[in-house]
Amino acid sequence: MQRRRSYEGIVLTAPFSMPYQRYSIKTAHWWIARALKGSLSLAGLQPADVDGFTVSSFTLFPDTAVGLTQHLGLSPRWLDHIPMGGASGVVALRRAARAVQCGDSDIVACVAGDTNHIDSFRLMLSSFSRFASDASYPYGYGGPNTNFALLTDRYMQEFGATREDFGRICVAQRKNALLNPGAVMKKPLSLSDYMKAKTISDPIALFDCVMPCAGSDAFLVMRQEEAERRKIPFARIAGTIERHNAHAEDPIQLRGGWTVDVDELWDMADCSPDAIDVVQTYDDYPVIVAMQIEDLGFCGKGEAPHFLSGKDMTIKGDFPHNTSGGQLSAGQAGAAGGFIGLVEAIRQVSQQAGGTQVGGAKIALVSGFGMINYDRGVCSGAAILKAANP
Amino acid sequence: MTNPLLPPPRKDPQKRTVSPTRPPEARSRAALGLSAAAAEGRFALQQCTECGKIQYPPRDACSNCLSTELRWKDTDCLGSILAETRLRTSIKPYFRERTPWRTGTVKLDSGPVIICHLHGDCERNGRVQIINRLDRSGQAVLFALPQKRSLYMEDDPQLRAMTSDPKHRRILITDARNPNTPYIAKSLAAAGASLIFIGESENWRPYPGQEAVAQLDKVEVLPLDVTDTQSVQKLAGAIGGKTDILINNAHFVRPGGVFVRGDTAMAKEEIEVNYFGLMRLAQAFGPAMCTRTADGENAAVAWVNILSVHSLSNNPQYGCYSASNAAARSLSQSLRAEFRTAGLRVMNIYCGPTEDDWYQPLPPPKVSPETVAKNLVEGLRNGLEETYCGDVAKDLFERFRESPHILEREMTLAGEGP
Repeated sequence: MQRRRSYEGIVLTAPFSMPYQRYSIKTAHWWIARALKGSLSLAGLQPADVDGFTVSSFTLFPDTAVGLTQHLGLSPRWLDHIPMGGASGVVALRRAARAVQCGDSDIVACVAGDTNHIDSFRLMLSSFSRFASDASYPYGYGGPNTNFALLTDRYMQEFGATREDFGRICVAQRKNALLNPGAVMKKPLSLSDYMKAKTISDPIALFDCVMPCAGSDAFLVMRQEEAERRKIPFARIAGTIERHNAHAEDPIQLRGGWTVDVDELWDMADCSPDAIDVVQTYDDYPVIVAMQIEDLGFCGKGEAPHFLSGKDMTIKGDFPHNTSGGQLSAGQAGAAGGFIGLVEAIRQVSQQAGGTQVGGAKIALVSGFGMINYDRGVCSGAAILKAANP
Repeated sequence: MTNPLLPPPRKDPQKRTVSPTRPPEARSRAALGLSAAAAEGRFALQQCTECGKIQYPPRDACSNCLSTELRWKDTDCLGSILAETRLRTSIKPYFRERTPWRTGTVKLDSGPVIICHLHGDCERNGRVQIINRLDRSGQAVLFALPQKRSLYMEDDPQLRAMTSDPKHRRILITDARNPNTPYIAKSLAAAGASLIFIGESENWRPYPGQEAVAQLDKVEVLPLDVTDTQSVQKLAGAIGGKTDILINNAHFVRPGGVFVRGDTAMAKEEIEVNYFGLMRLAQAFGPAMCTRTADGENAAVAWVNILSVHSLSNNPQYGCYSASNAAARSLSQSLRAEFRTAGLRVMNIYCGPTEDDWYQPLPPPKVSPETVAKNLVEGLRNGLEETYCGDVAKDLFERFRESPHILEREMTLAGEGP
């Protein structure tokens, strides 16, 4: 297999997050417009400066990226729509970076956003995937709670993980979220609160589950000299991977697609896990955080509970993780859940994270995971971002 | 071990009857193959005809070799539980009302991994046997049973939600005059039915077994003439609100095709009983039964039609009778659609010639009334929609499934002549 080319010279800029809301009477179009406007104003750009556009959303129906061009008055020469949920952010950056690298576009705006009406989560599920309609919804599976209950059950049996192990992840993220004014969760969470919470689907309890909410995130992809010329802070793309439907032969998901390409990821970025200053994993449930920590090379398979028990995962800790609170505490704004870690990682290495800034963060790892098509997450991706001057 | 289901208390008339909710009905066209198999109680999965890989969830192309030649095939049903959970809450009202609900991941010995309902007696990470059943939306779901049977395993609340088990249910059999009635009533009583109503037409006209029927355990004989709209409505007014299963065994059979009959008089009788009879019963009993499909342990569950297997393909020796049954079968399909939103199941039992007077000239094998009764109870216990009773019916259905057109030619051969 041919080695992939480097992303040298392409940068990520203008990370913008709309503060999330539990419910919203606005539409996905509104949320996407707000994030795009927010990102452009961070960069001092006008809509007409954007010649590439990609969008991820679950609640945009019947529109797609196509409808949005007319709705928002954009005339891009490169257009994409990425229906990959939690992997959307990493996938958007990969595609946009190549488009800019090859000259198909100069400035790509990557946006994800969803609204959350009272009944929109339930309605969205009815058209999520054919395998889910045929083979998991009939069993009472409304959303992925129960799928993740099964994966968590197997993971705990296989590796002896405990609920406390998962609880520590959630508790640390809540501490981080309290420093993020845009987070939906505002109250502190103790391990005892976590342990005592109502069971949703054994062994998953309330604080293992994300809160569906409305929100949007955006960032821009451009050439480094463009960012420098405009004096926009940026993050460099040191390496990135993507993989879908890996390990289809595994009877139940205990690892994700990262394992297939992880060596190449570190190789491209020319560093090792020890060099990472801040980690943003996809965290719709803590068990998948544990899998990413393992599959991305921080420790061996099944060792994440032990590895993390020796770490402080808060912003000031020795293993800063999901510094904006992640989806578990900031909320899951639909497809924006695939962007939350990425925009935070861009902010961290470009020193724009404000209250959640990890001191001296130069290298960040961000990971995406998405789409419980039937019994497991199908899409996975990861990227290593570096500061302008590491 | 599952605890035996206790007889439900008398309904409190002051309480609101619970509105029926249903599990999700939406399925792809491919997945309807699983529902079609569940209607007959078969566990079948798609198998690739090119590479042999067994597939799940149902799909349109092989995930191994991309062949689009996938066939539904009865498949080995053993497997092992890999993970399990109990839903404590759900955004789906049907499950929300029934939590906790146990489901799990099972690796089948034949290859695929399935998400399925778990019977309460399944052991953690234990070996299981998978059955394919229709749920209350009338669609297939896979259900894991423990390998060892226990005495009251049919009483598992999740399993009972899929079936039409007669236990503790009140059942109407529409025609006391049918020779199979005493056998059906006895079998239902043995299966735990709490009350069996039997409809009797023209009480003044005696019939064999009249006294025997009246003396059966748990039986109440009530006037019912399915050719008389008023009579049907009167009985529905009296017992429609407590009929959990209705078994329509009223039938009128005479030999002969079109020419032999000479006129339409007999055919009218057949249509009156076999077709309009069903329609009258459905119009009178259907609405009340549909409102009671979530009414506790003895909610309304099933509507049973006993039909001739020649409703599938005409037997010219009984040509007009076959036609009346084809009409009844077609009507049952409409009923199935109309009952579906309520979750009331329509089960058709297709019989070959039975051991009664009007089939006297036909050669064996014939269906005994005991077999009809046994099939009926099994069908209810398995929550079936279609069951074929006796060797002739099974043989004819196999031929029908293979090719209705070839079967028609086989049925209508004129013979070599004298």
